[in-house]
Amino acid sequence: MSTATANVVTGLGVVAPNGLGTEEYWAATLAGESGIDVIKRFDPHGYPVTVAGEVLDFDAAAHLPKRLLPQTDRMTQHALVAADWALADAGLRPDATDAFRLGVLTASASGGFEFGQRELEKLWGTGPAKVSAYQSFAWFYAVNTGQISIRNGMKGHSSVFVGEQAGALDAAAHAVRLLGQDTIDAALTGGFEASVCPWGLVAQLPGGLLSEVPEPHRAYLPFDRRACGYVPGEGGAVLVVEKEDTASARGAGRVYGRIAGHASTFDPRPGSGRPPGLARAVRGALDAAGLEPGAIDVVFADAAGVPALDRAEAEALAEVFGPGGVPVTAPKTMTGRLYAGGAALDTATALLSIRDSVVPPTVGTTEPATGPALDLVLGSPREMPVRSALVIARGAGGFNSALVVQRHDA
Amino acid sequence: MSEITLDRLVTVIRECAGDSDEFDLDGDILDVTFEELGYDSLALLEISARLQEEFGATVSETEMETPRITLRLLNEAVRSDADRTDADRTDSSEVAA
Amino acid sequence: MTGSAPKSVVVTGIGVRAPGGVGKRAFWELLTAGRTATRTISLFDPTPFRSRIAGEVDFDPVAEGFSAEQIATYDRATQFAVACAREALADSGLAAGDLDPERTGVSIGTAVGCSTSLDREYERVSRGGAEWLVDHTLAVPQLFDYFTPTSISREVAWEVGAEGPVTVVSTGCTSGLDAVGYGTELIRDGRADVVVCGATDAPVSPITVACFDAIKATSANNDDPAGASRPFDRDRDGFVLAEGAAVFVLEEAAAARRRGAHAYAEISGFATRSNAYHMTGLRPDGREMSEAIDAAMRQARRTGGDLHYINAHGSGTRQNDRHETAAFKRSFGQRAYEVPVSSIKSMIGHSLGAIGSLELAASALAIEHGVIPPTANYAEPDPECDLDYVPNVARERRVDTVLSVGSGFGGFQSAAVLTKPAEVA
Repeated sequence: MSTATANVVTGLGVVAPNGLGTEEYWAATLAGESGIDVIKRFDPHGYPVTVAGEVLDFDAAAHLPKRLLPQTDRMTQHALVAADWALADAGLRPDATDAFRLGVLTASASGGFEFGQRELEKLWGTGPAKVSAYQSFAWFYAVNTGQISIRNGMKGHSSVFVGEQAGALDAAAHAVRLLGQDTIDAALTGGFEASVCPWGLVAQLPGGLLSEVPEPHRAYLPFDRRACGYVPGEGGAVLVVEKEDTASARGAGRVYGRIAGHASTFDPRPGSGRPPGLARAVRGALDAAGLEPGAIDVVFADAAGVPALDRAEAEALAEVFGPGGVPVTAPKTMTGRLYAGGAALDTATALLSIRDSVVPPTVGTTEPATGPALDLVLGSPREMPVRSALVIARGAGGFNSALVVQRHDA
Repeated sequence: MSEITLDRLVTVIRECAGDSDEFDLDGDILDVTFEELGYDSLALLEISARLQEEFGATVSETEMETPRITLRLLNEAVRSDADRTDADRTDSSEVAA
Repeated sequence: MTGSAPKSVVVTGIGVRAPGGVGKRAFWELLTAGRTATRTISLFDPTPFRSRIAGEVDFDPVAEGFSAEQIATYDRATQFAVACAREALADSGLAAGDLDPERTGVSIGTAVGCSTSLDREYERVSRGGAEWLVDHTLAVPQLFDYFTPTSISREVAWEVGAEGPVTVVSTGCTSGLDAVGYGTELIRDGRADVVVCGATDAPVSPITVACFDAIKATSANNDDPAGASRPFDRDRDGFVLAEGAAVFVLEEAAAARRRGAHAYAEISGFATRSNAYHMTGLRPDGREMSEAIDAAMRQARRTGGDLHYINAHGSGTRQNDRHETAAFKRSFGQRAYEVPVSSIKSMIGHSLGAIGSLELAASALAIEHGVIPPTANYAEPDPECDLDYVPNVARERRVDTVLSVGSGFGGFQSAAVLTKPAEVA
C-alpha cells in the first residue's frame, strides 16, 4: 500500500449494542459498559444460545424517511444513519463535490437476515404472492452500499466484500487503494450486521462457535481459560476516508488518523500440514505500513472466544511481537462479534484510541488461558500514547485480514 | 361488499410502503399524485399486491396515479370481480435488472 | 497508478457452467449457434409463480467428481464455482501444485450466494413457514456455510490451494465483472501472481423467483420459454432468471509468456460507478454507465474507434435495454451505430451475479475465435434501441477489443475492456 500515506480518516459513524453514535459508544467502551444481554427481540429460551449484543434503543423513524423503513432491514437502517453521522462528522457534503469521486465500500456477511426471515415466512407460510417487492434487494449483500450511495448521491467506484468478520478490513483497504490510484477522492467504508433474529441465530448454531453460557457477563471471554465461544452482536461502524490533499483543500476539520497498511491471507485446507496464515497477514500489513513490530502500540484482536482460535491468534501475535510484546485488547467483549460490522467498529475504536491516548479494556476475561503470554488490557482502560494500532479480523473458514491505523502526524 | 374508502387505502399504504414524508396521509390527499406523495413504482407494485391480497381485486400499478383513481379502479374491480391479468404482462418502468 | 506502467493481466484459463451445456466448449458452441437454453423451470414446481421459466444448468455433480458429502453439503452455487475453477486451472495448463499458495488469490462474485440452500433449509426449520421461532433441532450441520457465502470462496481457495488474498465480491448483478476487476487489481498491485476469479449464482429457487415476480422484472412469457429472453426487441417483457458460473485464471502477461501459457485476452480496463438514483431503477440517459465505460476505455488506452464488439448487459427489461443503448451512444457518439452489440442473456438468461463473468468468458472467446455471438430472439426493432444488435446469427470478424458492461440493483454500473494479448515481441 505504497500510496497509503496520502489518506486521512475524517469522520466516524457508530451503531453498537453499547452505544449509538461515536461518543456514546466510546464513553461506554472506556467505562467497560457491555451491551451484551439476554436476547430481548424474541424469546430465546428454546435455543441453546440465549445472549447477544443487540441494538435496542435505535429509533430508525427518528432518523430516516418513513418510506425507507418498509424497504430496509435493520442493518441497512443502522448503516444509513451511521453514514449520515460519519459524513456530518467529517463535514463532507456529497452534494458539494464531484459525485463520481465519492465511493461506498462496505462489507456484509449475511445480508438483511431478519428481513429475509419475514419474507421467507410469507413465501412458505402463505405463498409467493405475499412476498414483498422489496425482498428483491433488501436482504442481499450489496444493499447497504446501494442505499448509502442513493441517499447521499455518491456515484464513484463502489463495492461490497463478503469475508465474514474480515470483509470490513478488505473494504477499507480497497477504499484506500482507490484513493491512492486517484480513482476517487473520498469514500464511506464500513460494515453493519443485524442478524439477531430466530432464523439468523439458528443458521449459526450448527457452526458450533456461539457461546451457550446463559449469564451475559460470562458468555464471551476471549483469551480466558473459560473461553466458551462468542456472542453474536449487531451494529457496526463506517468511516469517511479521504485523499489528504482534497480533504485539506476542502478544509476538513479533525483528522482521526490514517490507514497505513493492510494485508489479507487465507488459511490452508485443514489437514494440509501447512501453517495458518494469520501471522503472515500481520507481517504483510506491517510491511505495507513500513513499520517494524515494535512500532505497534496496541493490537485490537479478533478475539474469537473459541479456545483453539484464541490460541492460534495468541501464537501469531507471539510470533510477530514476541510473548507479551504488545498490548492487546478486545472491546468487542462489550458488543459481541458483529461479523461485517466487527472489524469496522474495531477500526473506528482504534482511531479513537489514537485520538484520546487511551486503550479501551477487554471485559469479562480475567484468567488467561494457557499458551503464549499476552499483554491483555483487562478490566479498565490503559492510558498511553497510541501512534500506531493494528486491527486483526478473521472470517470463518480461514479469512485473515490485518490493518494498521496511524496517527496522522506519526 | 361496501365501498372501499380512503382510510382503508391509507392503512394499506402505511403498512406496506411506509408513511409519506411529504404529506399527512390523513389529510385531503385524494387528488395528490402518488409521485407527489413520494411513492415510486416499487411502492406502487407493493401497494397493488397488498390490495390484491386484501380485496381480491387487481389494480395495475401503472394506472395508480392518485388515491382517487386507485379507489375508483379498486371499487370497480371489486364490483365486477374482474380479473385483469393483462397487467401481468408488462414489466415495471422502474425495474431494470 | 504509480509511475511505472501498470502490469498487464491476462486470462490464461476459462471454466464455464452455463445453461445449454457443461464446459467452455459447449458454452461457446451454444452461443455461436445462436441457440437458446431457457426453459420451463424443472428445479422445483413453478406452478404458483408469475414467471415459470429459467436458464438452468444441466449439472451432474457426480460426473463432476464431487463426493456424496460434498453434494449434500455444498450449495449449488459453490459446486458450480469449484467445477469451473477446476476447468479453468486445467485449461491454463497449471496444476494446483504449480502455484505458490501465498501468491495465489481468489475473488469470486455472487449476487445471492447460497440463497437456494437458505430457502430450502428455512422451509425445513420453520416447518413450512409456520413458526417465527424456527426449530434449531432441524438445522443441518452445514447451515452456517449458507448463512454467509464466504464458503464459496473458501472451497475454491482450498481447491486451488490459494493462501493469498481471498474474498467474495457481492455487488448484485455486476458481481461477475467486479470480482474479476478486483482480481485484476490484486495482480496489478503486486498482492498476488495468480488469481482465480469469476462468479457464480444458483438463484433458481422459490424465494428469488417470488421476489422478481413481485416487481415484475422477469418475463412472464411462460408459453415460449426458449423465446422469452428478448433483449433489445420491441416485445421484450423482462429478463429470464438463470444460473451458472464462470471462473478464470488470471496472471501477469509476462509470467504467462515465460511459462509458455496461452493467453485468451488481456484485461485492459475495468471501472465501476453508481447511479445513486434508485435500488432497481435506471435513469434513461445512461450517464453513470457511460462514465464507467469511459473510465475503463481510458485505462485500456482505447477509444471507440478501436472497439470491435460490445458485450451488452442486455437483460431484456424495457428499462435496461434503452438505458444501456443511451450509455453506448453517450460514450461513443456516432461510432455506437457501427459497433456490433449483443446480449448472450438472450440464450442463457440472466444469472444475476454470475452473468458478468459468463459475459467476460464470451468476450474472451470472441477475441480467441474471431466470432461475435448474436442476440437471439431478436425479431422486432425497438425505436429506442436502434444499434446493431447482431440479430440471431453469429458474425465472423477479427475481434481485438471488446467492451463488456453490467448493471445491477443498487445502482452499480460496471465496464471491462478485454483486448487481444500483445504478440510476443
